[in-house]
Amino acid sequence: MAHYFKSVLTVLAARGLQAIIVAVIVGIVSFAMMQALPGDAAFRIAAGRYGYDMMDAAAAEAVRLELGLDAPWFVQLWGWLGQLAQFDLGNSLVYGTPVVDEIATQLGYSLLLAGGAIVASLMIALPMGVATGLNPDSLLDRICMGLSVFLRAVPAFALGVVLVLVFAVQLKLFPVAGFRGIENLILPSFTLGIGLAAVSNRVVRDAVVDAMNSDWQLFARTKGLSARLTLARHVLRNAALPVVTYVGVQLAYLIEGVVIVETVFAWPGIGHALVHAIFGRDIAMVQGTALTLGLLYVALNLCVDLACRGIDPRERAV
Amino acid sequence: MQQTNTIPSTHAQTKQTKQPLAKVLGFALVAGLAIAAIGGPGLIGVDPAKQSLLATLSPPSLAHPLGTDHLGRDMAARLLSGAQLSLSLALLSVLTAGLPGTILGVTSAWFGGWTDRILGAFADAVLAMPGLLLVLMLAAIAPGSWWTLYAGISLTLWVEYFRYTRQRARIVLADPSVEASRLLGLGPLLLVRRHLIPEIGPGLLTIAAFGAATAVTAVAALGFVNVGVRPPTAEWGVMMTELLPYWREAPFLILQPVACLVITVLALHLSVGGLRRS
Repeated sequence: MAHYFKSVLTVLAARGLQAIIVAVIVGIVSFAMMQALPGDAAFRIAAGRYGYDMMDAAAAEAVRLELGLDAPWFVQLWGWLGQLAQFDLGNSLVYGTPVVDEIATQLGYSLLLAGGAIVASLMIALPMGVATGLNPDSLLDRICMGLSVFLRAVPAFALGVVLVLVFAVQLKLFPVAGFRGIENLILPSFTLGIGLAAVSNRVVRDAVVDAMNSDWQLFARTKGLSARLTLARHVLRNAALPVVTYVGVQLAYLIEGVVIVETVFAWPGIGHALVHAIFGRDIAMVQGTALTLGLLYVALNLCVDLACRGIDPRERAV
Repeated sequence: MQQTNTIPSTHAQTKQTKQPLAKVLGFALVAGLAIAAIGGPGLIGVDPAKQSLLATLSPPSLAHPLGTDHLGRDMAARLLSGAQLSLSLALLSVLTAGLPGTILGVTSAWFGGWTDRILGAFADAVLAMPGLLLVLMLAAIAPGSWWTLYAGISLTLWVEYFRYTRQRARIVLADPSVEASRLLGLGPLLLVRRHLIPEIGPGLLTIAAFGAATAVTAVAALGFVNVGVRPPTAEWGVMMTELLPYWREAPFLILQPVACLVITVLALHLSVGGLRRS
């Protein structure tokens, strides 16, 4: 048991370090964005505070002294990262509201979409993978293989556009974009889910093939267990581990997909906000949303790490 | 360092004489796309930016084999110009990522110790975030310029070469055959060329093809969400955004850049054997 806790602690430490790296990268890039803005930062901030009419060179000079904008860039960067370390994300440059408040409302939507995508991918990948895994090299297997290769090559946003045109615009089965109710969740979830399932159905298939060829499967059958019971009690349980591990591998695709697909469907989540903020040069929002997405990635990875340890008793025993 | 590893060397590779059909098809498609991207714009000789507002959203005709867009620009010329942009950016970033990635991977495996640890930590730092998120943020530093896109994509792609090369090189360099060559007096460069390159070559090609596919997708995705290349540049993602409002009048127009993108990515995937590396 002590070993188990030690291994969990190692996982926590590694992911904690990753979270810090994410924060530092996001901070440095946002700072670079700030520096790359055209014009004098002191004038810009003074204009933001006092309004364009009430601002003059003296006010800008006062701001420059107060915020230390005349300091060398590395001193400013240090201050910038210090603020970030205190979770001070500042106010949105466009809306004027605290970035944290904006993110708090968007995060729920993004999590909903990410969850919907994983559910959609499992709904496709599990039946497909088990069916092909039980009949390897059959016609069905080959068709699914071809389909997987093809769907893997379709970028999420292109698939989203095609799905919108077919199911929302032509057939009018689902709303086109925005968020009004749960029916809005279906198209974006499947857009992302199909991309995820394109690879994970092969992972399920390979896991089932391996399990079906194993000695313990043969033993379960020879001791008199029916094919159905063997499948339910032994094969599927053993096949679950690679599938969960693979969800971890796909998390990067999931987060990237959330960013792009939210934009396609005007989904009110963090990814949409990030793209919008980049377009509007709202650096505080860019920093806040990118940081949240990066930390979400780390947190989901941590969940997968712990889930793998939970599923596989071998991880605990060692 | 010199632990004897008993992993068999695959120098005596079982030579596959018959290539699978999908691979041949993918390779032919990639070659065809490359030729079209290089020679196509010159052959057509139409300016992809030339508008003719009297002939907007026109269906395919002799003058415009793929029709015209909402500003009357020739679709064929724009698609080819988009192919040129995407493929050259992909090739450029694959080369920029591949050479240092491979060299650093060999360096890491060769020296081990602190060199290995520092390079490894740097690679881990890049992987701490999803690649596209990093590219998005870097693109935001100077929006609309292609060089931030190029830098961001290269920065995320080099890690794969590095990790693969480092892992393979560790095994190969510990092989007794390498030790024998070393005793014969072969220098480091010769060792790498004789032993390592034949071993990691095919793997690197696979990574390069998938990397190019990633780059093409990233360029289009960023163009599509208005963060990458800006209009009026003819780029597939930008074209999709521009043509989306006209789906009712001309559904065949919006599907053209989608098809180009899918075919390119599919061809790159197939050329190295489809789904095997995932």
